[in-house]
Amino acid sequence: MIFFSFAVRNLRRHWIRSTLSIIGIIIGVIAIASLGMMGNSINLLVASVITDIGDTVVITPHTAFGGTFAGDPRAAVDAAIPAREVEMIRRATNPHRTIPVLQGADEVEFGRGKSGYARIIGLAPEDIPILLNIADGQYPRQNQPRVLVGTHLAREYGMIPGSRLTIGNENTRVSGVLAERGLAFDINPDYAIVVSDAWYRNHFGDKDTYPMVIVRVSDLDEIDAVKEAIETRINRREVVVDVADSREILRQYREIYRQITVFLVGIGGISLIIAAVNILNVTYISVTERIHEIGIMRGIGALRHDILRMFLYEAMILGLIGSIIGGIVSAVSGYLVSVVALELATTGMTFGEGFMIFDMNAIGYIAFGMAFGIGTSITAGLYPAWRASHLAPVDAMRQK
Amino acid sequence: MSDVPLLLFRGVSKIYPLPAGDVVALDCVTLTVMVGEFIAVMGPSGSGKSTLLNMMGCLDVPTAGEIYLSGREISRMSDDDLTRLRRDRIGLVFQQFNLIPLLSAIENVEFPILLTTARAESRRRAVEVLSAVGIEASHFSHKPGELSGGQQQRVAIARALVNDPDILLCDEPTGNLDTKTGTAIMDLLAAENRRGKTVIMVTHDPDVAAYARRTIRIVDGRIT
Ligand SMILES: Nc1ncnc2c1ncn2[C@@H]1O[C@H](COP(=O)(O)OP(=O)(O)OP(=O)(O)O)[C@@H](O)[C@H]1O
Ligand SMILES: [Mg+2]
Repeated sequence: MIFFSFAVRNLRRHWIRSTLSIIGIIIGVIAIASLGMMGNSINLLVASVITDIGDTVVITPHTAFGGTFAGDPRAAVDAAIPAREVEMIRRATNPHRTIPVLQGADEVEFGRGKSGYARIIGLAPEDIPILLNIADGQYPRQNQPRVLVGTHLAREYGMIPGSRLTIGNENTRVSGVLAERGLAFDINPDYAIVVSDAWYRNHFGDKDTYPMVIVRVSDLDEIDAVKEAIETRINRREVVVDVADSREILRQYREIYRQITVFLVGIGGISLIIAAVNILNVTYISVTERIHEIGIMRGIGALRHDILRMFLYEAMILGLIGSIIGGIVSAVSGYLVSVVALELATTGMTFGEGFMIFDMNAIGYIAFGMAFGIGTSITAGLYPAWRASHLAPVDAMRQK
Repeated sequence: MSDVPLLLFRGVSKIYPLPAGDVVALDCVTLTVMVGEFIAVMGPSGSGKSTLLNMMGCLDVPTAGEIYLSGREISRMSDDDLTRLRRDRIGLVFQQFNLIPLLSAIENVEFPILLTTARAESRRRAVEVLSAVGIEASHFSHKPGELSGGQQQRVAIARALVNDPDILLCDEPTGNLDTKTGTAIMDLLAAENRRGKTVIMVTHDPDVAAYARRTIRIVDGRIT
């Protein structure tokens, strides 16, 4: 234990230097832990907002970019699936339900002088109840030129069933307000107006093509068979459509966010390496200026591993203090950073119940950061300590 | 007494290779020290006395020749074994005292005990030897830098005695002391020798050398 108290004394003797290296470790640990937590928060966010509708297959026109996500703006460029191909899809995927989707946008007047540009989604009346739920009011009756309004749009412009609105220059009424759907990967009606396909064609002109076709699969296990059927029937000679299901998109999202997390942790790791170099430097200076003392200790009976231990204690104390402070600070700051980052990233979105930013994973990152901090400290202390313990006592004693 | 010499030097040389040419600090020294001897090593400055003492204390290794301690050749021993030897059997008083600057007088003396035992007994023993070399209790907590040369020398002697070693190696133990304190220290060393310790000391002072029962004279690294 005498060597432990030596280590403590020596760190105290050079307290400025010790403090600086502790700060270095703190920064490293905070960097690694909070960046890890940030990545984790993004991950949790994605998992919670993507409504996991595993029973949906989305078919979009094939683009050279290979974009599979319907929200990808590149996919919105003129490319569309002709009605003839929709029929082929319908036949290929029978008995599963094939839902062609029309999407456009137009200027909308909401009354009381308020107007804006809104997305218009056109669906066959019989398909609407399958994809969308009503929160207020009712689905438009057959041949009734009324529309459904997404929940956020309705809230923003005070639309209730019966409200009047003008799309382009066509007057119409709200038949119902849709239930919130969240960030889905097929259609996002929360900020849109949903109309019947007849109304849509009438309004935008009769284009017999669709930007997207959704296939609702009755049994999850059949997703692969359905995709396979579309691939062989439609894409046999050349690739005309891209087929994706929500599982795959979720997987892609996860992969992207996993990579972001790895990247963030990597940045944290670099700061820790800098901290480690600092410890190496401190320990090295400490060894060099104490060579004489080490020689005396060895001369009167301190074993090599005693000396080794003394320097390792020093590195360990620095690492431990730095890591503990760093751990506490990152638990607090990482939490705050996550909250702020989420707020920035998700303005206007709402989350499902019980959404948690700070979970076991976040604590795992803090623990990882701390372990890494202590580990690098000890590793950095190892070489100077080893060198100090292997000096010949007489040679060491002669140095002043 | 056993017939095996405590120390046996056979053809021991120490050569320092320097850019300006090799320095021969010890030149083919052969000598024997039996258990319980009291030896004075004398010679002019730079003749190799400290080098010889460091070899005896297992601190330095010869360039050529063999050194046997109680019949065991020290170059065959591991570093840990040699360190334990220094810790448990050898008491060294260095010419430059070599106290640890970070530690107080009493902590310096305690250090060799603390390497093996607990604090409580070490304090008692440290106080005992410090009193024996005439250091006042008020100086116990002083750092080496706050002590006079003579006081530092006595603390160094106390440290060498604290583990009750078999062999006491002292490099000019009275070099910084007045006659009265010097005599007290020599009486202490003589008493330790009577209790069975082998004492080897370097000195320039013939009066001090008179305490010893044998004198080794060394000139230019050679025993004469
Ligand atoms: N590390 C070293 N490198 C080079 N030369 C050395 C070294 N140590 C000692 N010497 C040389 O070896 C010789 C013997 O040195 P040593 O210290 O043994 O002398 P000494 O008899 O103790 O002298 P003094 O009475 O002044 O203490 C000297 O010439 C010295 O210069
Ligand atoms: Mg000398």
